[in-house]
Amino acid sequence: MSAENSNNWPLWEVFIQSKRGLEHKHVGSLHAADAQMAIENARDVYTRRQEGNSIWVVPAGAISSSQPDDAAMLFDPADDKTYRHPTFYVMPEGAKYI
Amino acid sequence: MTDVTNLEERFQARIDAEQKIEPKDWMPEKYRKTLVRQISQHAHSEVVGMLPEGNWITRAPSLRRKAILLAKVQDEAGHGLYLYSACETLGVTREKTIDDLLSGKAKYSSIFNYPTLTWADIGAVGWLVDGAAIMNQVMLCRTSYGPYARAMVRICKEESFHQRQGYEIMSVLAKGTPEQKEMAQDALNRWWWPSLMMFGPSDANSPNSADSMKWKIKRQSNDELRQIFIDRTVQQAEVIGLTIPDPELKWNEATKHYDWGAIDWTEFNNVVAGNGPCNKERLAARNKAHDEGAWVREAALAYAAKKAKKQAA
Amino acid sequence: MSRPGTGFDPRSDPIMSTALFTYALRLGDDLLILSHRLGEWCGHGPVLEEDIALANRALDHIGEARNLYDYAVKVEGKGRTEDDLAYLRAERQFVNTKLVEQPNGDYAHTIVRSFLFDAYHLPLAEALTRSSDAQIAAIAAKAVKEAQYHLKHSSDWLIRFGDGTEESHRRAQEALDALWTYTGELFVQDDVHEAMVKAGIAPDLSTIKQAFDATVDRVLAEATLKRPADGYMMSGGRQGKHSEHLGFLLAEMQYLQRAYPGAEW
Repeated sequence: MSAENSNNWPLWEVFIQSKRGLEHKHVGSLHAADAQMAIENARDVYTRRQEGNSIWVVPAGAISSSQPDDAAMLFDPADDKTYRHPTFYVMPEGAKYI
Repeated sequence: MTDVTNLEERFQARIDAEQKIEPKDWMPEKYRKTLVRQISQHAHSEVVGMLPEGNWITRAPSLRRKAILLAKVQDEAGHGLYLYSACETLGVTREKTIDDLLSGKAKYSSIFNYPTLTWADIGAVGWLVDGAAIMNQVMLCRTSYGPYARAMVRICKEESFHQRQGYEIMSVLAKGTPEQKEMAQDALNRWWWPSLMMFGPSDANSPNSADSMKWKIKRQSNDELRQIFIDRTVQQAEVIGLTIPDPELKWNEATKHYDWGAIDWTEFNNVVAGNGPCNKERLAARNKAHDEGAWVREAALAYAAKKAKKQAA
Repeated sequence: MSRPGTGFDPRSDPIMSTALFTYALRLGDDLLILSHRLGEWCGHGPVLEEDIALANRALDHIGEARNLYDYAVKVEGKGRTEDDLAYLRAERQFVNTKLVEQPNGDYAHTIVRSFLFDAYHLPLAEALTRSSDAQIAAIAAKAVKEAQYHLKHSSDWLIRFGDGTEESHRRAQEALDALWTYTGELFVQDDVHEAMVKAGIAPDLSTIKQAFDATVDRVLAEATLKRPADGYMMSGGRQGKHSEHLGFLLAEMQYLQRAYPGAEW
């Protein structure tokens, strides 16, 4: 971003909760001069079809993310921990509600 | 160098395995450039595309049509916005992308350089232009670049009413007064060939197609999509009693497709080169909006800065 | 608003029925004309996000206008439609205020015009939710939520302009000074309106004026803008005596219906 183009608004990431009780989900991004405007813009841009119950906006620069190259190190070790899943366990035949 | 080769192999393997590419993944520079070009052109097309239809918001012939058209053109603004955002994930700011449009450096779909002369054109644009666009967009929902694919999923969901409202306008006109029917036929005559051109040059003459197919940015060729569009649209025209302006159009029992006449690519190249009926007007309108909006954008930033300072104090 | 005696239906009384028709038209015309003006921005806004916001606003207004027209034609009972009202009335038959027909001007003019309208429209809609006329009350109930958002949107922008840059401050003040003369008409209580007040259908406009003043003072203070003096106030719109702008607006809006009489669209 060059200095002479100073009228460029910062980028925000938008998270929408579509229904009470559900999680806020990332839906996209937009530009706004401040947080309040970002919320209003998110309302106008991302909830025109009854998608909204609640809005979060986060300055795009404030998001830290894991590096793709670290994916193997971060996530592969979970692969062999199958005992964390209920299907790992053998239940005696006939047992109910378990 | 082996490193790059390895990276490229891994990249291609991921694509071949139908895994999406995400912004932080390594990608060949040409893949990134191709995406930036395609997504930004697509975004510009949405935003410039607001102009020919926006023309008619103030003249829509009923309150129902006025509201529908307003909502539709508003959607196009949203679609432009989603796509500019997808472009930003590739490290190109919206400002830079828009600057390229305003300076005339970037391209947008040539179809929007045609004028909307009558109300029937609003029908034809929805039916044919959005109809052709949606063929591409449905394919792009499965494109290999994650943010682009996600934007397209959202766009396709919203776009689904656009084609229907256009076809509805055409069908009402086609069964209206003789003047209205003539208006509808005239619009079809003028928009048919430009709509077919929207799919781009035939595969043999499409310079970027091979890479795009390999990288699964594109998943169906220009000619394939064009043929599906023709097959579907001919039937829809029949239903409302309008005639496709192509004397060579004929059902081919062997291929189970329509055969159709030749596209005049000279016209296409002319419009791309800037000599379409409205190229200058479209760019001038975008530049005017941008220039006249500068003080508005500045004011909002200045106020935000003041407020932040006050809150910090 | 007090409810008149049981069994009273303004529609059964010919004079009241005409007044109610006119009142619904006034409410509807304001919204349609403003919506039309905002629609002119579509594709030309200062930034994409704002283009979308303006279209949302225009859609809210046209939606409310259609509800009001739909009711007006029922009250009238002559078999007219919403489109007959919008597209087949002449300049002198439109009864919107002059404020809403003023051209868009720069973005400050557009925002100020909407702000002044919103500051009037929100308290009016709130009061109309308590109207003795169930249909007017129902239409208002839906409009209130929209009007709250509109006022917030236009106030936020006016504050940004007023307290933004020197240029934006100057433009906002100019727009305010230019449009202020059209605010008086919003609160003129003529015979039609008096009849509505008596029937418990519409609020006394002096109460709306109080709310309007409070909003304007609060927002202008935050925007560091000066409230113009109440000089000469333009009026006439409610009696169909408009500025020259409306004729052009209608010529454009009505052209297809006029060029092809009787056609369906």
